[in-house]
Amino acid sequence: MERVPIVKIGQTLFVSIQIDLQDESVLRLQEDLADELSKTGAHGVIIDITAVEIVDSFIGRMLTMIGSISRLFDAETVIVGMRPAVAITLTELGLSLRGVRTALNADKGLEMLNGRT
Amino acid sequence: MDVDSTQGRMAAYMRDHQEKVVGRWSELVAAGVRGRISAVEVRREIEDLYSLVIRSMSGADEQAYGELRAALAELSRSRARNGFSPTETALGVFALKDVVYELVADADDLVPEFLGFSRMIDDLGLHTFETYAAAREEIIAGQAMTMMELSTPVVRLWEGIIAVPLVGTLDSARTQLVMEKLLDTLVATGADHAVLDITGVPTVDTEVAQHLLKTVNAARLLGADCTICGIRPQVAHTIVSLGIEFGDIATKATLADALAHALKRAGLKVGPA
Repeated sequence: MERVPIVKIGQTLFVSIQIDLQDESVLRLQEDLADELSKTGAHGVIIDITAVEIVDSFIGRMLTMIGSISRLFDAETVIVGMRPAVAITLTELGLSLRGVRTALNADKGLEMLNGRT
Repeated sequence: MDVDSTQGRMAAYMRDHQEKVVGRWSELVAAGVRGRISAVEVRREIEDLYSLVIRSMSGADEQAYGELRAALAELSRSRARNGFSPTETALGVFALKDVVYELVADADDLVPEFLGFSRMIDDLGLHTFETYAAAREEIIAGQAMTMMELSTPVVRLWEGIIAVPLVGTLDSARTQLVMEKLLDTLVATGADHAVLDITGVPTVDTEVAQHLLKTVNAARLLGADCTICGIRPQVAHTIVSLGIEFGDIATKATLADALAHALKRAGLKVGPA
């Protein structure tokens, strides 16, 4: 099973998804992220999905769930680098990713988190 | 009497009177197109067609009929493109029947031959008409495409602020196009604020509102904020009567207001120099 690495930069955890997400790896990522959040006390999570070209309702729900988990640790989640086609698919599926914020790129996402803290 | 030999006799008869028929036919066609094509050009077209008609009737050349149909198709396509009416186009073919009828009226023994000939011309006339209609359809489809492209520009108002002036009715196909263009521009320019100007949208019903909301939601997923502006009084009235909710999407009266709002969000201020 492939694992998604979690990188800590300052007070922020950085997750870049570059693999085809399977159910198992998603569950593993959620666990890892919760572990890391409780260990480091980070206040922000940036999830970079630039490399994600195909989404379905499962991935949409996963993103919302990561947002909910992070909020329990008082951390804000920002999804960055979504492709236009992905955004259109999610809208057509009726998913608006409540509870997570979005930014155009990692730079803007970081800015967004720093503005908060 | 079998068909081939009657057609053969007719073809021989018509070949004998070629000069007369071509002259008269060109005259009729030229009168029909009312000077929009020069007489010389008409004459050349008619001569080509006439020789093909005779060749396909004499039965010696099997490809001649196909060639004749192709030539007529080409002719009616060019007529369609140059804005001739369907009647003017089809009359060009049917005129030949009149001319030949004038010719055989004197010769009593050619009646069955003329009937066969007449049927062929009817066929060709229908073929012309069909091609004409198809060509017009093509033109209309092309124009629709051009209009679609013309009516969905995405303009940059400021560093990080883009605007989409929407003109015309928003249907699913246009929404899709607008959405794709807007999102692509957001990604390409790195803008984080988009203004949707609906001044040019004549009516907003629940379907149009749905499309607008979809566009805004997709832009939000990319991390860009959206403002809707240019809602005219009647449109505002309709929106409220229909109970359409724009939720937490900012709406402004004019594009100027929307730009001011976007600048404020970006932390910029415009003042007297």
